[in-house]
Amino acid sequence: MSNTKSLLTIKDLYAGIEEKQIIKGFNLDIKPGEVHAIMGPNGAGKSTMGYVLSGRDGYEVESGSVTFNGQNLLEMEIEERANAGLFLAFQYPVEIPGVSNLEFLKASVDAVRAANGEEAISSSELLKQAKAACKQVDLPLAFLKRGVNEGFSGGEKKRNELMQMLLLKPKLCILDETDSGLDIDALQLVAKGVNSQRSEDRSFIIVTHYQRLLDYIKPDFVHVLADGKIVKSGDASLALELESQGYAWLENGNVEAKIEG
Amino acid sequence: MTVQVEINEALGREYEAGFISDIESETFEPGLDESVIERISKMKNEPEWMLEWRLGAFREWLKMEEPDWALVDYPKIDFQAIAYYSAPKSMKDKPKSLDEVDPELIRTYEKLGIPLIEQQMLAGIAVDAVFDSVSVVTTFREKLYEAGVIFCPISEAIVEYPELVKKYLGSVVGRKDNYYSALNCAVFTDGSFVYIPKGVRCPMELSTYFRINEQNTGQFERTLIIADEGSHVSYLEGCTAPQRDENQLHAAVVELIAMDNAEIKYSTVQNWYPGDENGKGGIYNFVTKRGICHTSAKISWTQVETGSAVTWKYPSCILKGDNSVGEFYSVALTRGRQQADTGTKMIHIGKNTKSTIITKGISAGRSNNSYRGLVKMMASADGARNFTECDSLLIGDKCGAHTFPYIESRNPSAIVEHEATTSKVSDEQLFLCRQRGLDPEKAVSMIVNGFCKEVFKELPMEFAVEASKLLEISLEGSVG
Repeated sequence: MSNTKSLLTIKDLYAGIEEKQIIKGFNLDIKPGEVHAIMGPNGAGKSTMGYVLSGRDGYEVESGSVTFNGQNLLEMEIEERANAGLFLAFQYPVEIPGVSNLEFLKASVDAVRAANGEEAISSSELLKQAKAACKQVDLPLAFLKRGVNEGFSGGEKKRNELMQMLLLKPKLCILDETDSGLDIDALQLVAKGVNSQRSEDRSFIIVTHYQRLLDYIKPDFVHVLADGKIVKSGDASLALELESQGYAWLENGNVEAKIEG
Repeated sequence: MTVQVEINEALGREYEAGFISDIESETFEPGLDESVIERISKMKNEPEWMLEWRLGAFREWLKMEEPDWALVDYPKIDFQAIAYYSAPKSMKDKPKSLDEVDPELIRTYEKLGIPLIEQQMLAGIAVDAVFDSVSVVTTFREKLYEAGVIFCPISEAIVEYPELVKKYLGSVVGRKDNYYSALNCAVFTDGSFVYIPKGVRCPMELSTYFRINEQNTGQFERTLIIADEGSHVSYLEGCTAPQRDENQLHAAVVELIAMDNAEIKYSTVQNWYPGDENGKGGIYNFVTKRGICHTSAKISWTQVETGSAVTWKYPSCILKGDNSVGEFYSVALTRGRQQADTGTKMIHIGKNTKSTIITKGISAGRSNNSYRGLVKMMASADGARNFTECDSLLIGDKCGAHTFPYIESRNPSAIVEHEATTSKVSDEQLFLCRQRGLDPEKAVSMIVNGFCKEVFKELPMEFAVEASKLLEISLEGSVG
């Protein structure tokens, strides 16, 4: 594995929002097929990381570099990053009333295809794939006709994110606290969906506060994020240690010293 | 770079219908007095009663004041600076068939996406093409005539079907109704006339396409649609004008008559030139549209308003007959410096009459978009019901959305419901769309289209697609 080219390389990244520095010297290297979990207390900068990588407006990078699949990610527009294969599963997916899920999926799939010089997907092919995806995430087919996230429950929204991921087939999926607000059944379902998508050419960053999601999605690496940088890295067993001892155990003077909730 | 700036750049598109056709026209000198009206009437070979009717309206108009209650602001119109008649010279000999029509005119409509050659047309849609002050051609007339349907320019109907015109013209919008309708009665030049006989379901969609081309002219169109007992018709109008620095006046009157059990569906896609981003130029669209429903009849207005510098328009229904139904579905989009004050009036007279009002206002740029609607339940309207939903969507933070609902109920058994919402295209929505690969332009148009879906689904299918495309184009430079 060590000779494989990296999919994502983050070096000495300093970033924040409205002049408030949140990411302070972040380093990470992800190779194709790897699953990395990023854990940490509230306010450590976990969600900020996802927004900075996807290029959300208002999130400014001060210094450092991010290379994604050989390209300078920081110079790319939000949609260019998406079309290059970066996917962010939102913690709180927003509603787009009146725009059907199917319509939205087609527009997204077509955008990615266009960026890769491919023709638009035929409606029948899209429908076929969407139906299969619905089945996989256990959403009734009727959801395809409903407005994007319109009136969905929290769990349905998360599964809908997963459905978009299944159709877009990204190279890197960032799951931003996808486990928050899910009951155990929904959590297992989401984990099953993610596991089914694990492959040699797809990597994952799983951002989570709790260890429990990692019972179902086994990460290759676990990193602890505190005050904007990784303070400890290890394998899956690190998550279990954290679970039993709490973040305070890290004994970093700058680290907020407990798990909330 | 902010999202707003990116959208501005991505949407840097021109008003596509803004070209000027090079067509030699015969245009009156600007100015308005009784002699001008006499000349219009003479150009149209009108009978004496028609001229008298026009002159009567003109004398009323002189006594009237320009209304100022709408939330729109524009310089006073100089009615003496407007030319009241303009027609392509080639139309003087009254071409008998399409082969005799000036090819430049046909090309103009082709460029606008309206082929006039029947073989090339969308099957099932008949078109009356009105260019400045005259109807250029009306397609599928014979086919419609076989079904008993009359579809012709109103100037022709005045000569050919005087009884029908005499009986119904001005019967819904009287000559004294309002300032602009009175002016229209005096100087109207062309428009469409439709008569659907008893029990006939019109075999085609009917449509009129209005084009203003000549400079400094006003367009005063007049449309009259009569659906006899138990008949059914769906009618669509479209409008565009060249890009010019001067404002131009369009003051139309549309009257619909739905006899017992008849149904009229009237759709509008209005895309008059809106002026530039600083508010220079554009059409003043001051329109009176009203229909009357007799027993168990139904009139449904659907409008997609994206153009015009100033819009003042309230398509209305008089629900006279028991069990009659009125509907108003509207999408109004304003951007740049556009101003729209639009809505409807539902006048419930008959028992168990029902009306539905669904409006979607979208404001962008520095525009102002107002919904103004009246629901009136007369004492006789036992069991009448109205449901109104007004939704406003704001893009950016320099535009305005306003809602002026008026409700008058004189019958305690009548039920009136009103719902209103205001929302913004949020950064979260844009971010989600872009994170899924859509560029900002596509993202905004998708969000706006979703917002309008309830109304678009009321449009005839072919036009729903067109309206959705138009919206996309109209969002040009919409934010900032």
